[in-house]
Amino acid sequence: MTAPESAPKSAPKSALGPPIGLLAELTHRCPLQCPYCSNPQELVRRGEELDTAAWIEVFRQARALGVLQLHLSGGEPGARSDLPALVGAARQLGLYSNLITAGVLLDEAALAALAARGLDHVQLSLQAAGAQTADSIGGFREGHARKLAFAAWVRAQGLPLTINVVLHRRNLDDLPALIDLALRLDAHRLELAHSQYYGWALRNRAALLPSRAQVERATALVERARRDLKDRLPIDYVTPDYYARRPKRCMDGWARRVIVVTPRGRALPCHAAETIPDLDFPNVRDSSLESIWRESEAFNRYRGTDWMREPCRSCEFRERDLGGCRCQAFALTGEAARADPVCDLSPDHAALQALAAEAAAADGPPYRYRRFA
Amino acid sequence: MALGEESRPRLQPFVRLQFDARRESWVLQAPERVLLLDESGKTILERCSGSVTVAEIVEGLAAEYDAPREVIAEDVMAVLGLLAERDLLLLDEESQP
Ligand code: SF4
Ligand code: SF4
Repeated sequence: MTAPESAPKSAPKSALGPPIGLLAELTHRCPLQCPYCSNPQELVRRGEELDTAAWIEVFRQARALGVLQLHLSGGEPGARSDLPALVGAARQLGLYSNLITAGVLLDEAALAALAARGLDHVQLSLQAAGAQTADSIGGFREGHARKLAFAAWVRAQGLPLTINVVLHRRNLDDLPALIDLALRLDAHRLELAHSQYYGWALRNRAALLPSRAQVERATALVERARRDLKDRLPIDYVTPDYYARRPKRCMDGWARRVIVVTPRGRALPCHAAETIPDLDFPNVRDSSLESIWRESEAFNRYRGTDWMREPCRSCEFRERDLGGCRCQAFALTGEAARADPVCDLSPDHAALQALAAEAAAADGPPYRYRRFA
Repeated sequence: MALGEESRPRLQPFVRLQFDARRESWVLQAPERVLLLDESGKTILERCSGSVTVAEIVEGLAAEYDAPREVIAEDVMAVLGLLAERDLLLLDEESQP
């Protein structure tokens, strides 16, 4: 019989299980300039990136620690010329590899080489349904056309394809066309994720945040499409935080399932964790992944529920949402240990609602693009 | 397509079944999905070749393990139902002779 890995049958709540996923941010280099990019505002330079052998050692340690799924991400992972070697090593170690790509750097032959090395899955990001809007959001000419060609190569290789779209004010009314496009590209899954506001997105919040009415229309539309397309295209919908009443269980809990490794080798419990300034993140160059996972202060600080203050500490939902997102709490209140202000039980909730209403009503300043090719 | 005794199930090509020594368990992997399987789950899935029907799988297992057909059928449908729901199975009914 089967059990979803997230629900161990008998383990006590406090027992620390093995991580499932490794998000390997191979590089911050990327030809696109998305204004909502989840990379930190201070980007790592090429010369500081871990080399091939160092990454493979990280993969090996991750597998030994229990990681099953490897997400090869960035920046644009296609900017690394050793990508085929990394994919091949992942396969040999028994990791299920997922390439998270913008699809504009790899040509057909490069993709074929990755498939031959055992790549399991491709997740391609689109910025919008039409080329003009898409290229203006991504800040890269001809990007959209290249992405469509790339999607066809993925399917021609027989690889499963997930289309991922970060949603915000400019592309939210594009949803019907985006869903059609995913069907036409023969995607296996469509991931529609509202932008989350830290990193570059926080900087561009006033230009990105949709209005409550726009979000409600979109959500109703997605729910309908999910029902109608149930057997053809599963749709994962990441709901927007700012208009919610309860926070998400972010990353399924701080340091519970995933390890992120940045281009320079810093290990994080979540890709935005570096935005919290007083955490000292260990580096895979200095410590083993096992000791980082089990013993490091940064991974243990917000694990479980012991760190909580009121209102979370005595809240009946604390095991369910684990107090929401630490990075969001920090971004909005300056204190990572407060309840996520998305929660309507948080004393900061009213301020968040006022801020969202104000940002959504503004005309939207021009994007501050993330430039770092 | 609904799962039934006449379906000829097989795993989607991108699904991988492997033994994980760390968890001492069989694991099924797919994009953004990991499922743990016990021995009987694995035995069932190994028979899902796309050329035999669910009914044939059930009968085969019932004979091999000397167990009542209803009990085996329930187990098989539970495992396959879970995978079908998550879009991890292909059910080729039309390939029937
Ligand atoms: S700039 Fe865009 S495509 Fe490049 S890493 Fe950031 S979000 Fe992805
Ligand atoms: S008070 Fe804290 S634990 Fe309770 S629902 Fe809100 S965020 Fe979750």
